[in-house]
Amino acid sequence: MPDLARLIGKRLLLGLLTLFAVSVLVFIGTELLPGDLAEVILGQTATPEAVAAIRAKLNLGDPAVLRYWRWFSGVLVGDFGNSLASGRPIVTVLLPRLQATLFLAATAAVIAVPLAIALGLLSALWRDRTFDKTTSAATLAAISMPEFFIGYLLVYVFAVQLGWFPAISRISPSAGFGQKLWAIALPALTLTLVTTGHMMRMTRAAVVQVLSAPYIEMAELKGTPRRAIIFRHALPNAIGPIANVVVLNLAFLVVGVILVEVVFVYPGMGQLMVDAVSKRDIPLIQACAIVFAITYVGLNMLADIVSILANPRLRHPR
Amino acid sequence: MSFTLLLRRMPWITRLGLALVLLFAFLAAFGPWLAPYPEAEPVADVWQPIGTAGFPLGTDTLGRDMLSRLLYGAQRSIGLALVITVLSFSVGAVCGFLAAIAGGWTDQVASRIVDVFMSFPALILALLVLSVMGSSLPVLVLTLAFIDGTRVFRLARAVAVDLNVMEFVEAAKLRGEGIWWIARKEILPNALPMLLAEFGVRFCFSFLLISALSFLGLGIQPPAADWGGMVKDNAQAIAFGLPAPLLPAGCIALLTISVNLVVDFLLDQASRRSRRG
Repeated sequence: MPDLARLIGKRLLLGLLTLFAVSVLVFIGTELLPGDLAEVILGQTATPEAVAAIRAKLNLGDPAVLRYWRWFSGVLVGDFGNSLASGRPIVTVLLPRLQATLFLAATAAVIAVPLAIALGLLSALWRDRTFDKTTSAATLAAISMPEFFIGYLLVYVFAVQLGWFPAISRISPSAGFGQKLWAIALPALTLTLVTTGHMMRMTRAAVVQVLSAPYIEMAELKGTPRRAIIFRHALPNAIGPIANVVVLNLAFLVVGVILVEVVFVYPGMGQLMVDAVSKRDIPLIQACAIVFAITYVGLNMLADIVSILANPRLRHPR
Repeated sequence: MSFTLLLRRMPWITRLGLALVLLFAFLAAFGPWLAPYPEAEPVADVWQPIGTAGFPLGTDTLGRDMLSRLLYGAQRSIGLALVITVLSFSVGAVCGFLAAIAGGWTDQVASRIVDVFMSFPALILALLVLSVMGSSLPVLVLTLAFIDGTRVFRLARAVAVDLNVMEFVEAAKLRGEGIWWIARKEILPNALPMLLAEFGVRFCFSFLLISALSFLGLGIQPPAADWGGMVKDNAQAIAFGLPAPLLPAGCIALLTISVNLVVDFLLDQASRRSRRG
């Protein structure tokens, strides 16, 4: 299938181009600074000599293209420079935080994905019945609510009133797996509630679409049993769109994590970025932004590739 | 399709949503005049519980009246989101239509630029810009309107491309109708539910984004009251068993749910229409 390979190659190339454009965007952001990085580092009261010294040290006199290239080639090999606030290399600060965020997001995904697919499938099959209408209303509410409302509501009920889970999700490195899970129960549940709604609605739409296809009507008219229609005719054709939906929502999860981490004071990437923003630690903000963007763009690319692989029509474009 | 016809077709749940939207609109318009106390001055002890005499919703972390701050906040949060949506809608729609009409090279460049901005998560982009530029009101409004505008651009462009090739538009052109007549009599009635729904979606998007930024301390700056910032201010109260942050957060949730109830109905109408057409 050389066509398929070419199609995927094309999508990969597009993804890489997007990432390149995004990296330019992140870099240009700092060029918008009123004044420059040296003044941010030293603050308002700096003497002109000190500013000039820092400027020379950071090569701020060089043209923007050259500085972009230096920064970008560093990012490619995982060198993000040093944090302004702590002076430490950003990689050593970032990696444990990224790990924590991925742990939280993965836990939420493990609960949310099967739940959303099951609910979406059932409400598509029982379309317009009570179950469908109830889940539709419930998921509409879940989608509309901001993460911090769901988060604080869960804290109020499960941490303050019932005392089942901690309100603040601190995890010590020495904690066992079970202890860690207990600590992140509430943030994981918040993320689950936020993403399940989206995923479930999109799954339902995908299955409804498949069920309205002429070949399903044909199977019904032939007198094929309902069970066979669903499992032999409908589901294999819905797997592509559903997989696409799942990967798209994983991208959602990684970004939604920022607000949830702040609510639960969880030491992840989101909290790190928000702290960096309040300290105006520009290199660290850039690093966080680019890591979030890589994850987001990468997962979106994966979603497209999954749907290319799953859809025979896309495998053989005209 | 006219407004009255839309209204008559609404199920009760959509009517409930619409009623709540109108209530919030009223509070946003007149909130500061209804508020019994000023928004920024401590008027009692801190963290009085709900139902305290004279302070029906209690007081906040600095002893300011919760109800008054919610009312002032309604105007600021909803008003700003509305300004941002109107800005992004007008600019995004005009640019989208122009790109579709111009076609070719201009369209390609504009669409690719918008693609790049849309491939970047909105909250992260906003954090990036605000951390560099500092969070002032004009920067906040322009940044969010720009982010929102890229989404409107894409929709408006798609709608314009679609409509141009529709049979009833072709027919009207052949009849020799003028372009304004076509826009008013053929295109607008067909696009109305879709446009209203999109306006609701974009409003929720910028309303939630501005609330999230304020919650993170990068949106509207204290002591001005806004709902996202009030959640942040009162977050500590929850550890003492007071549901204080849930009040503003609940207002945000209720408003977005109400808007989405109406949007859901409008989208349903739009899709039924396109299926028939």
